[in-house]
Amino acid sequence: MFAEYFSLILEFVKAFAVGGLICAIAQVVINFTDLTAGKILVTFMLIGVVLQGLGLYQPLVDFAGAGATVPISGFGYLLANGAIRGAERGFFGAVTGALSSASAGVSAAVIFSFLMAMLFRSKSKKS
Amino acid sequence: MTGRNRENYNKNYIDYVNSFSPPTKHFKNCLHAFGVGGLICMLGQFFRFFLENVFSLSGDELAAGTSILLIFLGTLLTGLGVYDRIGRHAGAGSIVPITGFANSVCSPAMEFKTEGLVYGLAAKMFVVAGPIIVYGVLAGTLVGLIYLFL
Amino acid sequence: MNTIFFHHQPRLVATGSIAGPKESEGIVGNFADKTLKDDTFGESTYEKAECKMLTFAVRKAIENAGLTERDIDLFVSGDLLNQIISASFTARDFDFPFLGVYSACSTMSESFALAGAMIDAGYFKRIVAATGSHFSSAERQYRYPLELGCTRPPQAQWTVTGAGGAVIAAKETTSSPIALTSATFGRVVDYGITDVNNMGAAMAPAASDTVVKHLQDTGKKASDYDLIVTGDLGALGSRLMKDLTWEKGVDIQNNHVDCGEIVYNVIEDEFQGGSGAGCSALVFNSYIVEKMRRGELNRVLFVATGALLSTVSSGQGESIPCIAHAVSFERV
Repeated sequence: MFAEYFSLILEFVKAFAVGGLICAIAQVVINFTDLTAGKILVTFMLIGVVLQGLGLYQPLVDFAGAGATVPISGFGYLLANGAIRGAERGFFGAVTGALSSASAGVSAAVIFSFLMAMLFRSKSKKS
Repeated sequence: MTGRNRENYNKNYIDYVNSFSPPTKHFKNCLHAFGVGGLICMLGQFFRFFLENVFSLSGDELAAGTSILLIFLGTLLTGLGVYDRIGRHAGAGSIVPITGFANSVCSPAMEFKTEGLVYGLAAKMFVVAGPIIVYGVLAGTLVGLIYLFL
Repeated sequence: MNTIFFHHQPRLVATGSIAGPKESEGIVGNFADKTLKDDTFGESTYEKAECKMLTFAVRKAIENAGLTERDIDLFVSGDLLNQIISASFTARDFDFPFLGVYSACSTMSESFALAGAMIDAGYFKRIVAATGSHFSSAERQYRYPLELGCTRPPQAQWTVTGAGGAVIAAKETTSSPIALTSATFGRVVDYGITDVNNMGAAMAPAASDTVVKHLQDTGKKASDYDLIVTGDLGALGSRLMKDLTWEKGVDIQNNHVDCGEIVYNVIEDEFQGGSGAGCSALVFNSYIVEKMRRGELNRVLFVATGALLSTVSSGQGESIPCIAHAVSFERV
C-alpha cells in the first residue's frame, strides 16, 4: 500500500521536474536570444519531432509521463510518432499520420477557442 | 544601409545602449518558468491519472483526453483574462506547455472578434499558433517519409 | 536652418485632455479634464474608445477656450493607428476642415508647429491641434493580442491611454499669455537600433539632434528654457538623450524631463515609462500647460519624439528611423 502511494507521488514529482526543466531551458533560450513566443514554440516543437524521429523522446515520455507530453515538444513527439506509425501502413499513412495523431489537440484548440471567443472579450491589461 | 542620415549610423551607439539596458533576471526568470511549467505538467499528470482510473482510458485516448482537458483549461483561463497575467511572471513556464498553445490560439480569436466572425475571429485564430501547425506537419510528414523509405 | 520663427506669436488659448484609468493614478490624474475608470469609454471596441477620447479632448479644448465649433477654422491631428483612423473619424463629427498628419508619437509637436505656422502666416484665426492613443488598440496593431501570455522585456514601454488637444489662435483674438515663438522641424535620424521594444534608445538620437539644432538656430542656451520636455523616451531614453546632447556640448541635465518617464507613478511596473502619441499630448496639455498658466514655468521647449516604424518594416529587419519636432512655448 505504502509503496503504491510512493510510486504515485514519484510519478507526479517526475512530471513536475521534467516539465519544469523543459520550460526552464526554454526560458534560458528566451533570455539569451530574444526569440519571441511563437518562435520558441516552433523551435521546441521541432526539437520534439527530431528527437522522436531519432527515437530519443519515447524514453523521456516513459520516464516522466505528462512531464514530457504536456510541453510543446510533446506535441512534436505526437506528430512524429503518428507519422512513424502511419509509415508502417504505407505512403498515405506516412503523409496523414502526423496530423491525424495531433487532431485531438488541434480540434480542441479550435473548438474551445471559438467558444471562449464567443463568450468573452479581450480585456485591457492593468499592469 | 541607405538614406543620407544613415551616415550617422554608429555601431558604437548600439553597444553603448546595450551597456545601459536593464539586466535580465536570469535566475528568477528560470525559477518561475520551472515552477509554473512543472505545475502545469503535474496537473497534466493528474488528469492522466484521473482519466486512467475513473474513465479507464488508455493509450492514444488517454493522451488525447489529457491534451483536451489542458487545452480547455488554457482557453478558459485566457477567456477569463487570467492567462496573460500568469504569463507575465512565468515566461516560458506558461508558453511552452500545451496550455500556452491553447492561449496562443484563443487570444487572437478573442482579440479579432471585433472584425467579424469570418475575417476576424476565424481568419486570425492561427496568427500566432499557425507556424506550429505548418512546421509540425512539414517535419512530421518528413519523418514519416523517411521511415517509409528506410 | 530648420527653425521657423513665429513673429506674430500665435497663442495657445486652452487645452482639453482625457486620461485612461492607469494614467489617472499618476501625476496627470490631478490635471486632466476627465479621468476614465473604464478604458473602453462605454464603446464596444478599443479603436472606437480611442476615437471618442480624441473627440472629447477636441470638444473640451474648444469649450475651455470659451469658443464654439463654428469659431474653429482648421483641425490638425493624427494618431498611431493605420490610416490615422482615430483622427479622421474624430474629424467626421465636426464641420471644420481637417488636416491629417502622421509623425508617430511626435504628432503632437508636429501639429502644434503646423498650426502655429498657419496662424502666423495669417491664413487662419483659430486651429485645434490634438492627438491621442490607446494602449489596447496600439498593442494589437504593433504587438500581440491582449490576452496572449507573453513577457515584456525590461526595456519595454507602455502605450498611454489618453488624448490631449489645444486651441491655437492668433494673438489679437485672445488674452492667453502662452505664445508659440518658434518651431524646429526635425530630420529623420537612425542610429541602427532594431529592437522594437527599445524605442527610447532609438528615439534619443533624434531628440538630441533636434534640440541641438534648435539651440543653434535660435542662438539660445539650454538654460534659457525652464524645461525641455521630450515626448516618450522613457527612463532609459531620457538618460541616453542627456548623454548625447552633452557630447555635442549642450547641457540639459537640470532642465530636461520626459513625459513618458513622469506619466506613471510606479515606474517598475511599466518598465521604462509611457509611450505613444497620447503620452506627450496628455502630459503637455494637462500638466505642463497648467504649470505655464500658473507662471511656474515661463519658457518650455516641447520636443515630442516619434519612431517611424511599422510592423512590416520591423518584420523585414529594418532599423527604426526616428524623428523629433520641437516647439518653443513662452509666457509673454
